[in-house]
Amino acid sequence: MLEIRWHGRGGQGAVTAAKLLASAAMRAGKNFQAFPEYGPERRGAPVQAFTRIDDEPIRVFSGVAEPDVVVVLDPSLIGKVPLASGLSDEGILLANFDGSPQELREKVGMEGGKVYSVNATAIAMETMGKAITNTPMVGALMKVAGALTIDQVIDEVRAMFGDKLKASLVDANVEALRRAYEEVKGE
Amino acid sequence: MGKLIAATGNQAVAQAMRQIDPHVVAAYPITPQTDVVEEFAAFVADGVVATEFVPVESEHSSMSTVIGASAAGVRAMTATSSQGLALMWEMLYIAAGLRLPIVMPVANRALSAPINIHGDQSDTMGARDSGWIQLYCKNQQEAYDTLIQAIRIAEHDSVRLPVMVCYDGFIVSHSLAGMELLEDDQVKAFIGKHKALHPLLDTKNPVTYGPLALFDYYFEFRRQLVEGMARAANVIEEVAEEYARLSGRYYGRYEKYNMDDAEIGVLVLGSAASTAEVVVDELRAQGVKAGLLRLRSFRPFPKAELARELSHLKALCVLDRADSPGALGGPVGVEVRSALLESAKRPAVINGIFGLGGRDTTVDLITTVYHRLMKIVDTGTVDEPLFYLGVRGGNNNGRELEAAIPQARATR
Repeated sequence: MLEIRWHGRGGQGAVTAAKLLASAAMRAGKNFQAFPEYGPERRGAPVQAFTRIDDEPIRVFSGVAEPDVVVVLDPSLIGKVPLASGLSDEGILLANFDGSPQELREKVGMEGGKVYSVNATAIAMETMGKAITNTPMVGALMKVAGALTIDQVIDEVRAMFGDKLKASLVDANVEALRRAYEEVKGE
Repeated sequence: MGKLIAATGNQAVAQAMRQIDPHVVAAYPITPQTDVVEEFAAFVADGVVATEFVPVESEHSSMSTVIGASAAGVRAMTATSSQGLALMWEMLYIAAGLRLPIVMPVANRALSAPINIHGDQSDTMGARDSGWIQLYCKNQQEAYDTLIQAIRIAEHDSVRLPVMVCYDGFIVSHSLAGMELLEDDQVKAFIGKHKALHPLLDTKNPVTYGPLALFDYYFEFRRQLVEGMARAANVIEEVAEEYARLSGRYYGRYEKYNMDDAEIGVLVLGSAASTAEVVVDELRAQGVKAGLLRLRSFRPFPKAELARELSHLKALCVLDRADSPGALGGPVGVEVRSALLESAKRPAVINGIFGLGGRDTTVDLITTVYHRLMKIVDTGTVDEPLFYLGVRGGNNNGRELEAAIPQARATR
């Protein structure tokens, strides 16, 4: 079972990212669970969401305490929130960060595990004209944790947003996914 | 095979309501049930249901409205949670006392104070004596399936009682999972056409609902309600079997998991039972004869069946996601103990209160419960007949607390 914890700020789409990945997993014939951590959220406050993906039916109904992957949508959370907590030595931290994975590791204060960075804000601005980082971060995640293929996720983006957004914006989302997938850097 | 969709518990329930297409829905949105009302209102606005939707100003009014509609002779539904259910209180008894087949999903949530929006079963457990049938679901799929079944159970000629379909707030209501929808016409055929029984609006055959019945007849009415509740036991099973033929999914009044040869067992309601299955698998892999019984029908309570299914155990823990301060234990714990008293052979029974206010109930936490039972079997003594699982202070031990709040430990 792959367990993912998403960190973002209220309004940035961490919950949408968790659900996008879950729906893509369904399309790929896998079992999944996606849920936000509800508290006194308001726009801009730190929020978390969780995704589980497995080939077997998922029976656990509890929070994800020891994620395999932590995904950080907002660089301003780095150093403010204990992002690496619960990550094992094999754990992966993937952040939207304008710098090298080594710098990221230092800022997070992480010892073990693997660290990846991608400048999702820049990618989002260049492709979509808005700092919507959830879709590029899902793209980068597909590179570092291979639960699904990038094409399976792109299919889901087209299905999920096809009716809601105009075609050019759907294409921009897909472009953001692909670029983040290609540009994400590990140590 | 129906259609596979990704849905939260609330969306699953709203889909069932869309397919049921009741004549009247009167509802007030309350966390964590809100999405049910929101999605259903969208179905009404989009014209995909023919329902008369009454946006009321409170839950007392929503229950009053569906009581009126049901007595008038139509299929009527509402939905609620927590404080909303509490505000409906006096009307709950009237719905049951008038023998109105109202069906109501409840996203279980803690009651204030302190204010808490998260999942526990205090709300519906408090309504256990209201005369409503209560079915507790373990996941999104079951919440959907049970809501459809509830129409048949409530409207059955030999039952005629309202039904609460309970599912854990946030844990199920806001968690997205894959589930199967039946086809709309399958649901329509399964629930059948609503038959009005003694409708209030049939002016050629005038009837009265809820007249005065003092010491002369009140007692007989209440006694008849009890008999309707008793007959619901068979109806729940019949409907479950018929539904299984349609969907391939069977849920009776309770569900056993590795129980028949078990030496220790846990009895619990709702989503925690799903998590507990994982614990049972782990313990079985270690050679521990662990079992699990999930109670689905709390009202009617399957007392004879539970006595039969549990009596062979050496030790049993009943887990309650609600408390009854000052009582012998939680509502389920007290009742299961009573059910076992008539068995010649019975296990040592302990009762744990857990998960209040949405406190996370993890695999590790439930594992500590089985460890308690293993210790009871080893030592032959029960130290704590009633305990609070993973709570600060009181009788918890540190390991349980660690297991109980990993997120608090991890991120705060």
